[in-house]
Parts: sequence; C-alpha cells; structure tokens
Amino acid sequence: MKNTAPLLSPKEYEANFAELHPPLTGISAKAEAERCLYCFDSPCTKSCPTHIDIPGFIKKISSDNLLGSAKTILESNWVALTCAKACPVQVLCEGACVYNGKKEKPIEIGRLQRYVMDNYFESGMPDLFTKAQGKNKSVGIIGSGPAGLACGAELTLLGYDVTIYESNKIPGGLNSWGIAPYKMRQKDSLKEVKMIKGLGVKIKTGIRVGEAISIDKLLEKHDAIFLGIGLSESPELKIPGENLKGVHDALSFIEEVKSEKWDEVKIGKRVAVIGAGNTAIDAATEAKRLGAEQVYIVYRRAASQMSAYEFEFILAKNDGVIFLFNSVPVKIKGKKYVKEIICKKSRLDNQAGLSLIPNSDFVLPVDMVIKAIGQKPHQDFLNSIPKLKIRNGQVVVNFKNYQTGNRKVFAGGDCINGGKEVVNAAFDGKMAARSIDNYLSASA
Amino acid sequence: MTDLTTNCGGIKSPNPFWLASAPPTNTAYQVCRAFEQGWGGAVWKTIGEPVMNVCNRYGGYDYNGQKLVGLNNIELISDRPIELNLKEIAETKRLWPDRAIVVSLMVESKKETWHEIVKRSIDTGCDGIELNYGCPHGMSERGMGSAVGQVPEYCKMITEWVTEVSTIPVLVKLTPNVSNILYPARAAKAAGASGISLINTINSIIGVDLDTFEIKPSVAGKGGHGGYAGAAVKPIALHLVSQVALDNEVNLPISGIGGISNWKDAVEFILLGCSSVQVCTAVMHYGFRIIKDMIEGMTNWMQSKGFSSIDDIRGKSLSRLDNFGNFNLLHKTVARIDQKKCIHCNLCHIACEDGAHQCIDLIPVNGHNKTVVREDDCVGCSLCSLVCPVEGCIAMVRVDDDSERKTWNELMLNFKKEEKPLSWENLGEFQKKYGIKIH
Repeated sequence: MKNTAPLLSPKEYEANFAELHPPLTGISAKAEAERCLYCFDSPCTKSCPTHIDIPGFIKKISSDNLLGSAKTILESNWVALTCAKACPVQVLCEGACVYNGKKEKPIEIGRLQRYVMDNYFESGMPDLFTKAQGKNKSVGIIGSGPAGLACGAELTLLGYDVTIYESNKIPGGLNSWGIAPYKMRQKDSLKEVKMIKGLGVKIKTGIRVGEAISIDKLLEKHDAIFLGIGLSESPELKIPGENLKGVHDALSFIEEVKSEKWDEVKIGKRVAVIGAGNTAIDAATEAKRLGAEQVYIVYRRAASQMSAYEFEFILAKNDGVIFLFNSVPVKIKGKKYVKEIICKKSRLDNQAGLSLIPNSDFVLPVDMVIKAIGQKPHQDFLNSIPKLKIRNGQVVVNFKNYQTGNRKVFAGGDCINGGKEVVNAAFDGKMAARSIDNYLSASA
Repeated sequence: MTDLTTNCGGIKSPNPFWLASAPPTNTAYQVCRAFEQGWGGAVWKTIGEPVMNVCNRYGGYDYNGQKLVGLNNIELISDRPIELNLKEIAETKRLWPDRAIVVSLMVESKKETWHEIVKRSIDTGCDGIELNYGCPHGMSERGMGSAVGQVPEYCKMITEWVTEVSTIPVLVKLTPNVSNILYPARAAKAAGASGISLINTINSIIGVDLDTFEIKPSVAGKGGHGGYAGAAVKPIALHLVSQVALDNEVNLPISGIGGISNWKDAVEFILLGCSSVQVCTAVMHYGFRIIKDMIEGMTNWMQSKGFSSIDDIRGKSLSRLDNFGNFNLLHKTVARIDQKKCIHCNLCHIACEDGAHQCIDLIPVNGHNKTVVREDDCVGCSLCSLVCPVEGCIAMVRVDDDSERKTWNELMLNFKKEEKPLSWENLGEFQKKYGIKIH
C-alpha cells in the first residue's frame, strides 16, 4: 500500500471498536422484561428464523429463572449469544414486536437474549440437556460455523458421535471471524464453541478436508456428512488493475481485523469498498474505525437497491463513509500499488437493464480497494463430492430435509443459501441434524 | 371557583387531603413540611403507651417492576413520649391555624387513662381526636388497637369514655380485620362518635425470603404479621367505606383511608361517601410533594365536570351501589375489536380461550392473526377488554335495546307468583325466551 493511514492510540482503537449495544444491567433487563406483553402466538417468535419462544424466555427473566430462560433459548438456537449480538433484530424479532403497532419502542429482545446468555456463560454453563442413549453411529461435519455447530450440538444430544472438521486453527467460522468487532468479539463466539464441545462434540481444527483428509475418507469413516462450509472469497471484478497491491477481499480483511491486533492491520489512507451489502458496510466502517481518512462505498445501482439493512447504512453514514451510488468501477490504476479507481455513472433502464452513461467517468484517488460483491462457493471442493449438485453457486438440497444429491451428505448455512444471517445457518444446522437422525434411524 | 374545603364530622380543612396517622406525621418538623406544601390536614402519629420499635419495620410488595404496590409494616405507635408529642402538636396548630390537626390516641383500656389523655390532647388546641382501633400488630397483642376494633363492645365502651369528656369531634378509626365492618361502626355511632375513619392496615405477611427462609421484614431472623397498606388495598378499602356509607344506622361522616395515591383515588373515595381522605404509603414512597398534583388534579376534574364543592360530589356514586339481585339480567354486551387499532398480541384470544368462554378466534391473515369475536358466543364478561394493551381497541358494546328488564329478584318473584320452583329447567325456559345462551 502506498499511503497507509496513521496508527491510532490503543485508547482510540478500543473506543472505535467499543460495543455498539452494551449489556443491560440486571435492573434494566428486568424492567425491560416486565414491559413485554407476553403475547400469545407471538409475532416475534414467528419472525425469528429459529423460532425461539421469545415471550417465554423474557418472562423467565422477570421471574428470576435465568437458567430456565437460557434453556428456552438454547432449545431453539445453539448460537444464541452470537445471534443476540449479530442478528439484524430490527428486521426480525424486534421489527415484529407488537409495540411497533402502538408506535412505541419495541422490546429490546436482542439485548435481553444477550443478558440471559451472558449470565449462563458467567454461571459456568450448568448442564441443561440430557443426551439420548448412544446410537453407535458417527457424523462428520465440515465447518465449525453456526450451521456446523448447531448441527453438531443437536446430533450429539440425539446420541451420535460427532466430529467437526475445521480448516482454521480457531473454530467458530464467521461467528469467530466475520462479525464486526463493535458488534461482537471472538471470545464470545468461542464461549459457544466451548459449550458445544462440552456437550461432547469433537472439533478438529486446522484440518482442511480435501487436503489434510479426503472427502472419500470421511464418507467412509462416518455414517453421514453435514456440510457447513459457508462460502469462499469475493468473485473477480473483472476489470483491469484487479491484481495491484492494495486490492483486498472483504472477508479476509474483516478476518484480519477480527484478530483485534488493530495496529497490525494495514489500512489505506483512502479506501474504496466495492459493493453495498452488509459485508461492504462492515468493511467500510472497520476501515474508517482503523483510521482511514476517507472511505467510499462504490455501488453500481441506486440506494434503494442496496442489500445492506437501513440501520447498517445509517451506521456507515454516521461513521463518515461516503456512498457513491450508480457508480461502476471500470479500472483500477497504479504502477505496483493502487493509486486510483476509475468509475462510470450508471443508469437503470426497464428494458435494457443497467447501462453505463457515456462520458461520465470520474476518478477516486485511493490507496486501498476492498471487494465486497458477494462470495463464491468452494467450487473445487464441492466438485470433489460424488453426486452433489450445485446451482447458482449454491449446494442443491431438498429444503424439507437438507439432503443433497448424495443421500449421505446434508448441507446448511451460507453454502445452500448464498449467504444469509447467522440465525438462518443456526436453524439449518439444527433442522439438518434432525433429518440426519431420521435418515440414520431409517437405515439402522 | 372550585372550593375544596371540607368538614368531616366537625373537623374543617382547606382541602380534603389529610395525612394519615403514620410515620409521615411523626413530628412537628414533618407535619409543618407537609402543610407548607399544601396538605389540608394531618392525623398525628398515634400517641399513648410506651413502646419500642425494632429494626426492619417495612416489607415491600413489588409487582412487574412497580415498587411498593403494597407496603406492610410492623412499626408501632409513636415511640416518643406523650409530653413531647403534645408540645409539638400545640406548636404546629399555633403555626397552622387553618389546617386540620387530629390527635390519634391509643392507651390502655382504663377509663381514667383515656379521660386524662383526651383532656391533654384537647389542651393542644387540636381540631379533633381519632381513636386508633385498628393497628393489627404489636399493640393488639397488648389488648389495644385492633383488639379493640374487633370487639364492638370494647369499641363502644372506650369511645364512650372519650366522648363523655371530649369537647371536640371524635373520629373512630376502624380495622378491616373483621368479618363485618358495620358492627364496630355502629358501636362507634352508639357511643357518640362524630365520624368514622377507615380502613386501618390489613393483617399480612408480605413475603418469605427464598434464600434464608425468613419472613419479611426480618428482625434478626424473625418476622411476623404486619399491617398491609398501599395501592393494592384500595379496592378493599373502597368496599368497606361504601358499606359504612350506606348503613342507615351508622350515618356518620367518613374519612377514607386505604391506598390513596393520587387525586383520582381520592375522588373515588369521596364519590363513595367520604368527607376527607387520608394518605400515607404514597407519601412514604414519594414525599409530601405529591399533594400539588392531588389538589390541582381534583380541581381540574371538578371544573371540567362542573362541580364547585366537595359537597357536590360526596356520595354521588352511592346510589349506583346495589345488590346483585337488583342487576338487570337482560343487559347484554359483546366485545368488539377495532381491527385498525389491534397490534396482534393475541392476548384477548388466549384470555378468552383459557380463562373465559372461547369466543375469540385467531384467523391467520398476511402472516399475523386476526382476532375475531364470535358475538353469538360472547357472554359479555369483558375479560378481553381488560387484558388488551391498546387503549380503546376492545369495546364492550351494549346490544340489548333496554326495552325489557328483569332482575334476579324480579325473576324469583315471578317464579313465586307462577308457583314455579327455582330449577335449571325453569331458568332455562327464561333464558330461552330472551335468547340467552349459556357457555
């Protein structure tokens, strides 16, 4: 990188990455819990992808039954702390809270869930669940992200011998490596991993299936396989200059930030993030909070078409990120290092679709480009699995039971949906586990 | 001009808001502070027999985040000598001649002792005397307080000892811990009391500690019954007040007490016949300053309703009180839900389904539930409208045209005339005639 942003003081870094939503105190959690109307057949529960009995766990906060509350949550969602911190609650549970209909502040469900889970972890994770009798069958899970963890936890309680294979040295997948630090730190994700290991799930880290061990070997070794492998890096922009120094992939950048060694992350003085999804927002705000002087979000379509949530957009705007809509990067220039990015303005036509406006070129002088235009599948690895079907970069499954074209292989999470929330992956993993149980029980 | 002045059994005050005989009226310092902020009167904390208090005197009952919905106490009467209290009372009365100062008394059951304390009280220049026959703890075990209030004969005897020497009005404060409040009230009347104060606190145990198994409040590990007060007791107080107010034999002015926390509570007591109201727990929680809203709120309400004096509203709701046998059986209401206001919490459904008569259906529409009342099956119980968290969303709508009325008493008379016994069959015939369905 040609020009790097000046380092900040440790205090500044900590302030910039301090929690956006600090924990509730005991008194404030109880007051908030008592505000809950305890709806019947509640809209919040329906809008949670894992269908947590939200009024149920909240009422247990007000009755001082915090252990029971944690159980209610975990029965539906094995990565409930991560979800409490990383879920887009505004568009899920809290967005569905009936208080919105009264034009009143919705119940702070996310923060209440976090309160319960924090308490559970602080109290030493007392046993909440009983394991079924051992079934003498084993399941191999590839990937220790939310889908794999949920699937593993569920299967181990159902009596299976479960091994999770994780390529990274630190488990947790995107829970550990992909969530903006001001939302959640890695140590919280690892608490959940520890809890799930405590149930009896074995996690082998630093083992990349397909390299350290072949998929055929796993298929031989286990009675069923669950793929919770997520997605790979951003696809190519397919423009000149893409290989210059200073062009980064959003997820690897975010992963680097997650190490929390703030001063070791190289950051450009001026940064352009390409794309306007929620990952793009994370990359942009993190770049800004690491000290970048100017951060742009360059998006080829209009503001109304951006896939980032409204609250994420506002967060980035408040961080001083400049949004350039209807702007398409056409060339990245520089000798060895990125020097500038050339864009053209675009327009959307009903018939012709998106087209570039002639003579609309403009130049952004930047030192760093972060690509956040979606993620590619782990194509080569997926191709190595017999009978697996892939469509539009997604593993094809029967959504009723998460079974792939290979009857022995099940899949869930980002690799089947193209990239959704942690909570969707957690649900997939849990439901896939139940299907695996059905499958293996039938074949017994 | 709205006139809030009142006269309760000969005790006059610039407004009907008095402080009840309790910790807030323990000293001249407190009563003067209260008067400065506008309180119309104060019943001094009961003076009398030598006592000693213990530590941890109160237990709070909190509900759904609201502190002190109820408060119980095991504090006794004034633990300061009679002489000191009487001196402070005289001084306070001298400083605040327009306010009502009532001296509350409780001494051993000896005629001479009562004669003496009554005379000494009158010497302070106070406006009246209140006889504490209500305290349910500590003193009752020593044959005083509610031990007197629970035995109409004692109540009459001691009240007579007081009225025979008193030159100022005498109020008798009753305990609610009786099976029939009218017996002690009538005894007080027979003994020449000028008015009745009620209710004193209700016998209670506020709670048990789940860690230590101690009774709350704990006095070095031990606890006992105490007097329950605060907002939670208001409905009980309103009922007992109305019973005394309606009794022709008692027919005395009433000073209403029990859970009065704001002007609305006070108006309710006055509508049921009170001439003054007494407040304690709300002041113990928030301080004397609450009087400003009480005076202002009541004045605004009276103005908006066109009332100019307390006399205009006193007892105004008593004519609405009746026995169940005189209620119209043909009065029919049903619940109607304003779908525009509904927020889809479904609380009406579950309350009706599990706690009432199963007439509110949930019909899935656009991802939420529409709550629909089957009016034919609605018995008009009103539970749904009470659990609904949205103001004005569920209304109980009258559907009979008021052309016919029939009370239970009338129905029984009809049966008698027609020589029909009261049976399920005969009752069913009546219900069928008027299209009343039982669910």
